[in-house]
Amino acid sequence: MIQLDYIDRANSTQTVPVVCMHCDSPTCAEVCPAHAIKRTGDGVVQSAKKSRCIACNNCVLACPFGIPKMNTRMELMMKCDQCYDRTSIGKLPMCASVCPSQALFFGTEEEIARLRPNSAPINTFQFGAQTITTRTRMLVPKNNVPEQLDVLSAMYQPTIGNVIEEDLLLDAMNSEDA
Amino acid sequence: MSDEDSEVISVAPDGRPAKDQPAWRRDFSIDWPEDEYRSRREFVAFLMLTSAAFVAGQFWILLIQAWRKAAGQPPLKEIASVNELAVGQSKLFEYPKRGNHCILVRLSDTNFVAYGQKCTHLSCPVLPRPDLGRMHCPCHEGWFDIRNGEPVAGPPRRPLPRVGLEVREGKVFANGYVEGVI
Repeated sequence: MIQLDYIDRANSTQTVPVVCMHCDSPTCAEVCPAHAIKRTGDGVVQSAKKSRCIACNNCVLACPFGIPKMNTRMELMMKCDQCYDRTSIGKLPMCASVCPSQALFFGTEEEIARLRPNSAPINTFQFGAQTITTRTRMLVPKNNVPEQLDVLSAMYQPTIGNVIEEDLLLDAMNSEDA
Repeated sequence: MSDEDSEVISVAPDGRPAKDQPAWRRDFSIDWPEDEYRSRREFVAFLMLTSAAFVAGQFWILLIQAWRKAAGQPPLKEIASVNELAVGQSKLFEYPKRGNHCILVRLSDTNFVAYGQKCTHLSCPVLPRPDLGRMHCPCHEGWFDIRNGEPVAGPPRRPLPRVGLEVREGKVFANGYVEGVI
């Protein structure tokens, strides 16, 4: 299950897919009092188990990326599980299979290196005092790879049409000029 | 240990390896394989402990039996006088200890029988029916032969424990068990 967040609902129809980052130390699973969230042997953090989830919202509040969403009607947390039913039999996750611009990509590091030669994947994030490493990577410009991405930097950022405080693309262009 | 560690794929928040983590983190792992391994182990431990308890129970029964055998037959005890009971009448008594209820029945002028009153099916008290030549357990319609305590009908499969009797000088004495334990 994938969540779509609106960037600036009042002015734009633009959405951004919120895919699970599949952390090495999944905070959602750490805080789950009912052991409903488990990580499979291949490192995919699964959605809450229906028979165990008590709809306490701990995971929703704890996730640094805001991935888990509570379905109050079903009393069940549901989140992206990388379409485990599809990926476990060799198919692409639904989001990556339908993304027309390949902004979402599912594949090996070699494949993405060939497809996006100017980008480098990064999987270290900073959330307050918490350093998070993830299975899902984000792509950053190759010539300006930060040590980690600050998850909170976008939080108080003005939306579209306004100034972007931490613009990696701009920084990359600047550093190219220099 | 190395096999277990290979199943732990998630990194604990403090970043230390799995073997340095507190026990609860290993018992309640967030990793699917480790979690399944734990619940499998717990199930096996449950099976093992339960069957061990059964085995211990069997040995306990053996021990109790040996202890009873070693204790020998209980002493003689006067329970009634011959003239007290008419033929066909019965009398309750407790033998060898208080709480071990038994029943004495006079079948003929010279023939007395006594049985432990607990039915060998589910321990209901049995009642004598000398007119039918039976002992009757009304709980589940169990019937025993009044002459020797053998089960003849209904759910009981074992004979009633029989109390040995001795008639001396117009008095009836209980003298040990003939079979079974009251």
